[in-house]
Amino acid sequence: MDIHFILYKLILAAAILLLSLVIAMYATLFERKIAGFFQDRLGPNRAGTFGLLQPVADGVKLFFKEEFMPANADKVLYILGPSLTMLVALLASAVIPWGGTLMIGGHEYALQVADVNIGVLYVFAVISIGVYGVMIGGWASNNKYALMGAVRAASQMISYELAMSMSIVTIVMTSGSLSLKDIVAQQHGMNWNVFTQPIGFVVFLICAFAETNRSPFDLPECETELIGGYHTEYSSMKLGFYLFAEYINIFISSAMISSLYFGGYNFPFMNDLGLSHNMVTILGTVALFAKISFFGFVFMWVRWTLPRFRYDQLMRFGWKGLMPWAMANMILTGFFHLLFKK
Amino acid sequence: MNQDSTKISLTNRSKVVSNKKMTLLERFYLPAIFKGMIITFSHFFKKEVTIQYPEEKRKFSDIYRGLHVLKLDDEGRERCTACGLCALSCPAEAITMIAAERKEDEKDLYREEKYAAVYEINMLRCIFCGDCESACPKEAIFLTDRLVPSEYKRDKFIYGKDVLVEKKNARVDVSKRQTPEVLEFKKDKSKLHNK
Repeated sequence: MDIHFILYKLILAAAILLLSLVIAMYATLFERKIAGFFQDRLGPNRAGTFGLLQPVADGVKLFFKEEFMPANADKVLYILGPSLTMLVALLASAVIPWGGTLMIGGHEYALQVADVNIGVLYVFAVISIGVYGVMIGGWASNNKYALMGAVRAASQMISYELAMSMSIVTIVMTSGSLSLKDIVAQQHGMNWNVFTQPIGFVVFLICAFAETNRSPFDLPECETELIGGYHTEYSSMKLGFYLFAEYINIFISSAMISSLYFGGYNFPFMNDLGLSHNMVTILGTVALFAKISFFGFVFMWVRWTLPRFRYDQLMRFGWKGLMPWAMANMILTGFFHLLFKK
Repeated sequence: MNQDSTKISLTNRSKVVSNKKMTLLERFYLPAIFKGMIITFSHFFKKEVTIQYPEEKRKFSDIYRGLHVLKLDDEGRERCTACGLCALSCPAEAITMIAAERKEDEKDLYREEKYAAVYEINMLRCIFCGDCESACPKEAIFLTDRLVPSEYKRDKFIYGKDVLVEKKNARVDVSKRQTPEVLEFKKDKSKLHNK
């Protein structure tokens, strides 16, 4: 492993890390703006042009807030909670292919930090750790509302992860690979998985909402019942981490949806335009980010459209609604794959 | 509820609630969700109702009842004669005054022989009903389309004559409040009020 390689990976990882943070930062503004437009309002527009400095102002505000810790809180776990959530949220971006390859000075650079051959599994492993951040934070707060929120978060995430992974298994079956790079590469042209796996896509999308704790599945932080849910006792930047991680999760989920079902960095006629290799790669990355932005928008769109589930409805929907569909989809796909593809 | 209430509809958009079994398509909820999302999306293009306050101000009605003004007459003398009718008519008991007798050399300051040395309205008590204006026989007090600004201290809300009396060089226009009905009433000199 030469220094050249390490440097390139380091730069790429730093760039993606920075990008996810900046995108999450501006996603908060985007969300508030969109909420405003959906409700015939303007949204924040005082801090900077179009409110572009609003996220900075919010960040500064969070930094200067009092760092509060409940008297009987478990100090180590209390700090570990938000840190873990943040860490896990950022980890998942490592295996997502952000574009094709760039040719610089005769070397080929892939726009993916790590092409792990079990990329899909890695993402799922990392995302499932995310629930611990919430769980630990809620437990360590020593507050009944926080604990209730944590319990809800845990059971919700476990329930919806099942249906989610089943829809992923279907993708893995059709593409025959666990590597995200291969899955994306196979969707070259308009050969997107969403056309062959519409049910899987819908299940995955719904589960992605549940996994990111977004409305209508935002019961863990349901204000009307649980004050702030698992982050009731958090303030200052620790709260900021939780809120921030949510937006990073949206970003990563959108990236996953785009990569798994909408061809990732592939865009129609990408090889027929007569552009240079690097140009196609850059355009592909732009296309991927366009897809990600669209799904980010859908996340917010749904949030400002649908009311929150009741908790029993949520559980019933997860186990009795999504699970059978995901399972039937998986079995049917398996059959078709066996009978017709080979 | 009486049975007829279902027939009356203000907007013609009300739907009668029923517990009928949902069809298969309805049980998927997805069509309904898409419908809802289209509705929210359509609001994206609707005109924002926001009024950007300090730069842009809401247009008040011509007869808006806001901060009071104590009028001066054409020669710049205070019209108020401290009769106390406004204080008497005030349902919130927000007005207090202390009357004084006009000195010989104050003829260009006060129109009548008696005047209000102290005239205070507590803006936290005031309900802006406008009864003081109706009660005033001298057309001295009016409500205007100005707002009472916010303050940090409660006692700042007790407005004295320094705020209430209009300035000679900055008259407050209250002509908009003189609606045709008011003018018609004022013509009727048989009413004691208008003498």
